[in-house]
Amino acid sequence: MDANGPAHDDGSDSSPMYELRLYLAGHSPKSVRAVENLRRTCEEYLPGRYRIELVDLLENPQLARGDEIIAVPTLVRKLPEPVRKIIGDLSDTEKLLVGLQLRSAGGRQ
Amino acid sequence: MAATIHPPRTAPSTRSALVKAPTGIRGFDELTGGGLPHGRATLVTGGPGSCKTLFGLEFLVRGAEEFDEPGVLLAFEESATDLTENVASLGFDLAGLEADGRLVIDAVRIDASEIVTTGEFDLDGLFIRLAAAVQSVGARRVVLDTIEVLFGALGDEAIVRNEFSRLLRWLKDHELTTVITGERGPEGQLTRFGIEEYASDCVLVLDHRMRDEIATRRLRVVKYRGSAHGTNEYPFLVTDRGLRVWPITSTALTYAVSTERVSLGVPQLDEMLGGGVYRGSTVLITGTAGTGKTTLAASAVDAACARGESALFVSFEESPDQIIRNLRSVGIDLGRWVDDGLLRLWGERATAFGLEAHLSAIERLLEESEPAVAVLDAVGSLSNVGAEAEVTSAVVREVDMMKSRGVTAILTSLNHDAQRESSSVAVSSVVDTWLLLRNVESDGERNRLLFVMKSRGTAHSNQVREFLLTDHGAELLDVTVGARGVLTGSARLAQAAEERAAAADRSAELERRRLALERRTAEVDAQVAALHAQLATESAELDRLAAEETRGADARAADRERLARRRESGPADGRSEARDG
Repeated sequence: MDANGPAHDDGSDSSPMYELRLYLAGHSPKSVRAVENLRRTCEEYLPGRYRIELVDLLENPQLARGDEIIAVPTLVRKLPEPVRKIIGDLSDTEKLLVGLQLRSAGGRQ
Repeated sequence: MAATIHPPRTAPSTRSALVKAPTGIRGFDELTGGGLPHGRATLVTGGPGSCKTLFGLEFLVRGAEEFDEPGVLLAFEESATDLTENVASLGFDLAGLEADGRLVIDAVRIDASEIVTTGEFDLDGLFIRLAAAVQSVGARRVVLDTIEVLFGALGDEAIVRNEFSRLLRWLKDHELTTVITGERGPEGQLTRFGIEEYASDCVLVLDHRMRDEIATRRLRVVKYRGSAHGTNEYPFLVTDRGLRVWPITSTALTYAVSTERVSLGVPQLDEMLGGGVYRGSTVLITGTAGTGKTTLAASAVDAACARGESALFVSFEESPDQIIRNLRSVGIDLGRWVDDGLLRLWGERATAFGLEAHLSAIERLLEESEPAVAVLDAVGSLSNVGAEAEVTSAVVREVDMMKSRGVTAILTSLNHDAQRESSSVAVSSVVDTWLLLRNVESDGERNRLLFVMKSRGTAHSNQVREFLLTDHGAELLDVTVGARGVLTGSARLAQAAEERAAAADRSAELERRRLALERRTAEVDAQVAALHAQLATESAELDRLAAEETRGADARAADRERLARRRESGPADGRSEARDG
């Protein structure tokens, strides 16, 4: 689980690329908040090594089955593996970092 | 969420405003007066292995196959492959239905370990998937199995509850008949997360328990808003054709009755019953061990096959080959009817399965063979399988099954205590004709007696008959009543011999008397002839005398004339004339 290192692993050449996909349903306030929260967190913790793909399920409902999406917004960390899912508007940055495994659960504050 | 809204397919019933969607699950629709509430959600809850998933699946499969209502399964616990494989043995071809566009299985895999929640969310993802699936096949039925997984996996219970409630509203708005499965909660709670409060229309509880090492499944309708329903626990079973619920109360007394008599294969017995038993009626044959119950039942089967009717012989005690061999020894050849395809022999140890499995097997046999006459030998064997009350109810249901199909049923039952005339299974009240066989022991031998305990709608004989198993089948003999009561066996033969001897004596005497009478008649005839002869002689004498007298008179007249003529010739003639005057 700790292949990515505990935290703030930026700068190192061995640092993996983060491939993120955010599933949304239309442009609800939750969707907007989720996109904003994700972008902000990535800029702060993963500058230059993340890629975000937005999927609107209202436009592409068939894509929900592929990543087993039931809730929106859902952020899927496609890479690095293993796949992780973070459900919600991502307003709790600490939880988001834990979910992305940029910080271990119950670890340093 | 753009699923098209379909109009309800089922027309409202004339009696109730509540439209029902038939599940196609055998027995269940009967129990609920038509199935599940149409366009509403039904909660099916039960412990692990209680068949709630199977209930949902059969609801979908039957809907697609029999009621032209395509369906969607959202499976939260099993993969589509697992589900398909698990129900293939029940004859459900999920893959085929999916290929035909009548079913969508969307297995929703939720791995709580890879999910973190942060902040607000909703279940639009699920709604979108469901709506897309519903739209793709024009689904009318939805099964959510087991949606409670969401409560555990998504953490924020308040949101999940709210979303669940919204999902139910959405399903209702689209008039989708829905089955939601739920896991039984601890301490009498219907579900672990209390979702029964959302499913306000219909709640079913499935139960799976062990009793005497035999698994029994029960179904109970806890709630059914706006519909009458049975409140009992109903046994159900997983058969190779899906679920089978046994509604005890469906024993409605609405059989078509026949006035036609059918022979039980023993002419003397038919005579006792006023010409046989009514077609479609139920005959119970009870008796202690070795009284010939099976043989008597086999006679009826033999007679039915001889009439060209099909028959079913179910034995819980012997194998088919054994039955054929044993009955051949009393001159009943069932083998030829089996070869002719008229008779189906089925042997099965009653202990092998539970009562419901047994019922299901019988039902299947009845459906497949469509017999005119069916024998269950012996229903008492079922006592090994369940408690007495359950066995009785199972046998009543069997009687019901056969009556409703117009099958003339013959049940045999062993009673251990010869003195008690009760059957080991208390079903005598549901049978139409009850024949009691009994062994009587006297003069160092045991002989069989037959008695008609009852026969509804029939003026039946009140006589006890001796029941013989001969090398040409069963036979009934008039019993001989002697000084010590009913005589059977050698006592009867002895009595008969005595009677024959006495009769012989009597006939010899008669012959003697007849001869004596003949002799006497001859004598009398001779006397009469003699008298006639004498009379004739006397009559002839009289004639002769009369003739002589006539001649005498003539002679005297002639003398007088001569005399007169002489007197006219002389004076002396005058004197002689005066003397004559």
